[in-house]
Amino acid sequence: MSAISASLTDSRVMLRRNFRHILRNPVTVFNGALMPVVIMLMFVYVLGNAFSVGERYIQYATPGLILLAITYGLPGTAVSVNSDMTKGIINRFKVMNVSRGAVLNGHVTATVLGNSIAIAAIIGMAFVLGFRSSANPLDWLGAIGIIAATSFAGAWLTVALGMAAKTPESAGMSVVPLLLLPFLSSAIVPAAKMGPGVRQFAQYQPFTPIIESVRGLLAGAPSGGYAAAALGWCAGIALVGYLWSRATFSRRA
Amino acid sequence: MTTSVIAVSGLRKAYGGKVVLDGIDFDVAAGSVFSMLGPNGAGKTTTVNVLTTLLKADAGTVRVAGHDVATQTREVRSVIGVTGQFAAVDELLTGRENLRLMADLMRVRSAGQVVARLLERFDLAESAQKLVSAYSGGMRRKLDLAMTLVGSPQIIFLDEPTTGLDPRSRRTMWEIVRELVADGTTIFLTTQYLEEADQLADRIAVLDQGRLVAQGTPEELKRLVPGTHVRLRFAGLNDLGAAARVLAGSTRDDQELTLRVPGDGRPKSLRALLDRLDEHTINAEEFSVHTPELDDVFLALTGHASTEEITP
Repeated sequence: MSAISASLTDSRVMLRRNFRHILRNPVTVFNGALMPVVIMLMFVYVLGNAFSVGERYIQYATPGLILLAITYGLPGTAVSVNSDMTKGIINRFKVMNVSRGAVLNGHVTATVLGNSIAIAAIIGMAFVLGFRSSANPLDWLGAIGIIAATSFAGAWLTVALGMAAKTPESAGMSVVPLLLLPFLSSAIVPAAKMGPGVRQFAQYQPFTPIIESVRGLLAGAPSGGYAAAALGWCAGIALVGYLWSRATFSRRA
Repeated sequence: MTTSVIAVSGLRKAYGGKVVLDGIDFDVAAGSVFSMLGPNGAGKTTTVNVLTTLLKADAGTVRVAGHDVATQTREVRSVIGVTGQFAAVDELLTGRENLRLMADLMRVRSAGQVVARLLERFDLAESAQKLVSAYSGGMRRKLDLAMTLVGSPQIIFLDEPTTGLDPRSRRTMWEIVRELVADGTTIFLTTQYLEEADQLADRIAVLDQGRLVAQGTPEELKRLVPGTHVRLRFAGLNDLGAAARVLAGSTRDDQELTLRVPGDGRPKSLRALLDRLDEHTINAEEFSVHTPELDDVFLALTGHASTEEITP
């Protein structure tokens, strides 16, 4: 068997294992899939009418809430990666001829798949709540591409954070900043409406171009500048996460 | 002629400035049980980690099944199985899924059958569908060992396989080890218990602060250690002196006011001993029976007790 196909088989075995883990942990399922929907209901029904965003709130908030659906899936991954490293099972894999990347690939793929389920749920809910899109199929494809890239980048960064943490508990805490970042972007309200300092931060942090590019695509009015910035951020974050994970993986255990 | 499947020479390893393995040499014959005996921090796990490709040695050569562990890691990994000190099982999977995971990663043919047979053999068939998080400590260890056996490795490393197990689970482990040896598997076992090494091993190496202080068969090692004896403590030198005269073959310690009397520790001989003291109206303050323990081996071989914890 060639090295690549061996690595693919190993990664697939690991993915199955990680996916079972996700399904068996009710907290992960709740946080990853239901929590974003709950937040959506809260913002759209309870708070939304109090914000003046220049359009119906569900219309404004959906792209940002899709991002929340990604970030809320990440703590589970960080804890799971860290448990692998701290609970001894990793040593078992290391003394077997399992391809080095398979453990990490499994976590990343499971996270992206878990995210897609949560994203599908949130988009479905958005339509139920009155969200309408004027995007053509190509726009949709573009939006899905950027969302997938964000999920992929977030997953690699989370794997790195989970790997670097000392305990599963601190691993869960280490991704909390990622959960807060969307709130300090144009996800919930436009950055222009925020106070000084926060406004600048919101304008320049990675989530804003990601959300704005998705917002544009879903409205059928794509913006090339935002899309390029979004993909650039994703590529950078994914690369940092990937290299950091690999380095930590070979150093630990 | 026996051929050695593990050959270690001049193995050294230091962490930071601290020397953990200070040049050790040993050979393990094919199909035998080799036990490395030593207290916490002696370097047992470090040795296992080097032999199983988890850790690079600073110096020395290690060959496992003829392959160099430093340069031929793939070949080494394909013939070994390792059960570490802490059960390396996946708690969020069932027992069956854990075994299946191993079978899939090792590309075992007819994995279903292999898994079913192992569950049966390790008495885990009934709990096969339960999550491992609900398993007892003994069951986890059994599952851990079963996972190690999935690929039918030629050489199995067991790092303190019975530490923390209750006596019944310990006996079960011993039975399993004996069965494996009967099938021709070579076993490298580390333990803190002399009794365990005695029960299972063909050869024992005693590791102390990174050096092998003795090697040999269990019988050879036990000859180095004082046998079972009774220790008596007296109120004063007079009683001690009187008892020493009455009890032939005893050794006195005037400072501790103790007398060591060799014996087999059986109730009958103990009663006889006490009767002798009674006959001469000698009163002992304290009375205790000592069987040879790791501590005694250590005391005899190194001049210090095994319980002096050496920080890793």
